[in-house]
Amino acid sequence: MNEITIKVNGKSVSGPVEGRTLLVDFLRGAGLTGTHVGCDTSQCGACVVHVDGKAVKSCSIFAAEAEGAEVATIEGQANPDGSLNAIQQAFQDHHGLQCGFCTPGMVMSAAALLKENPRPSEHEIREYLEGNICRCTGYHNIVKAILAASGQDVSAIAAE
Amino acid sequence: MYAFDFERPATIDDALKALGAEDAQALGGGQTLIPTLKSRLASPSKLVSLTAIPELKGISTGDDGTLCIGAATTHAEVAAGAGAYPALAALAGNIGDPAVRNRGTIGGSLANNDPSACYPAAALASGATIVTNSRRIPADEFFDGMFTTALEEGEIIVEVHFPIPQAANYQKFEQPASRFALVGVFVARYPDGVRVAVTGAAEDGVFRWAEAEAALASDFSAGAIAGLDVPGNAMIGDLHGSPEYRAHLVKVMTGRAVKAAG
Repeated sequence: MNEITIKVNGKSVSGPVEGRTLLVDFLRGAGLTGTHVGCDTSQCGACVVHVDGKAVKSCSIFAAEAEGAEVATIEGQANPDGSLNAIQQAFQDHHGLQCGFCTPGMVMSAAALLKENPRPSEHEIREYLEGNICRCTGYHNIVKAILAASGQDVSAIAAE
Repeated sequence: MYAFDFERPATIDDALKALGAEDAQALGGGQTLIPTLKSRLASPSKLVSLTAIPELKGISTGDDGTLCIGAATTHAEVAAGAGAYPALAALAGNIGDPAVRNRGTIGGSLANNDPSACYPAAALASGATIVTNSRRIPADEFFDGMFTTALEEGEIIVEVHFPIPQAANYQKFEQPASRFALVGVFVARYPDGVRVAVTGAAEDGVFRWAEAEAALASDFSAGAIAGLDVPGNAMIGDLHGSPEYRAHLVKVMTGRAVKAAG
């Protein structure tokens, strides 16, 4: 067991980890259960968090590899007053979720995309979400929500 | 996952020391190794992470004009930073998905030599040099069959040197679930000839298609390979495609790569 410290959503979180402890298990063990484990094989993207600003699948990085890093999870995404941030609000407004299981990963991937590319095209959004799987929505409204969150007009896009 | 010790050294020397332990295993970005460990297909006594070693990171141009990429440079960093070799940057930017590209490394991909990985095709088609802690290995001597390379026990890749071609392109026919190449072909034209490397197709992993190279050396056009027989290598057959299908794709992807390279 090694003691590690990771800054999660701006707060230091310390704890003992085994070498094989995955970052997602460390986060969930610390009570941050918004990050989900879907496939556990690095395909579905439900566990996406940001490590030093980059989207990563937290089921495919050991907690010890994130020692000293700044990690952002879905719990830290809301505005300081507790209201939903622009991406979260757009997911709600445009029905970008149904069961909600993939949503934390979708929101974190969307946040990473918009940081890199503040006004992505529909095609760029779909490409960026290659590693995030949703089994409910058919993706259409997720893409629409991200377009809307980037400030682009989505009124012409029909809800399909 | 079986339990193991974990080390994250900050220098190459410390990494080599740590790798001296019995059954120690180097860990790059972990995008292949971690799923492998979860499946209990590997049981190292110790994992030595190579991602905290500054000497292993970054992209620069060597004195000989080659593009030098540190082994622990991620696919995303190569996609963004290898502008001097656009076909290589494009290949890196199309591996897996964005989150995978933020972790996976060029050194990890080459050392693993997955028969369907993209980077081995780039290294082989470019005649790259794989620089390790102890020697320089030409790509032609590095890949040694499926998941096997010339790397010795405890030897790690430090840097990869890519000669920059006059024209190049990589075409990947994706296996849609994994994003690995069902077949991928990297074509690179240099002043002294054309190199064509194929990944995803053959049971022995990445290979050079000599007949296509010869045909393209005198006529660099998609038409030049039209009359060739498909390569005679033993092709992979699985639920995603038969050997005949893969062999056919090699030719199609080569033609597309030549056309796109221009």
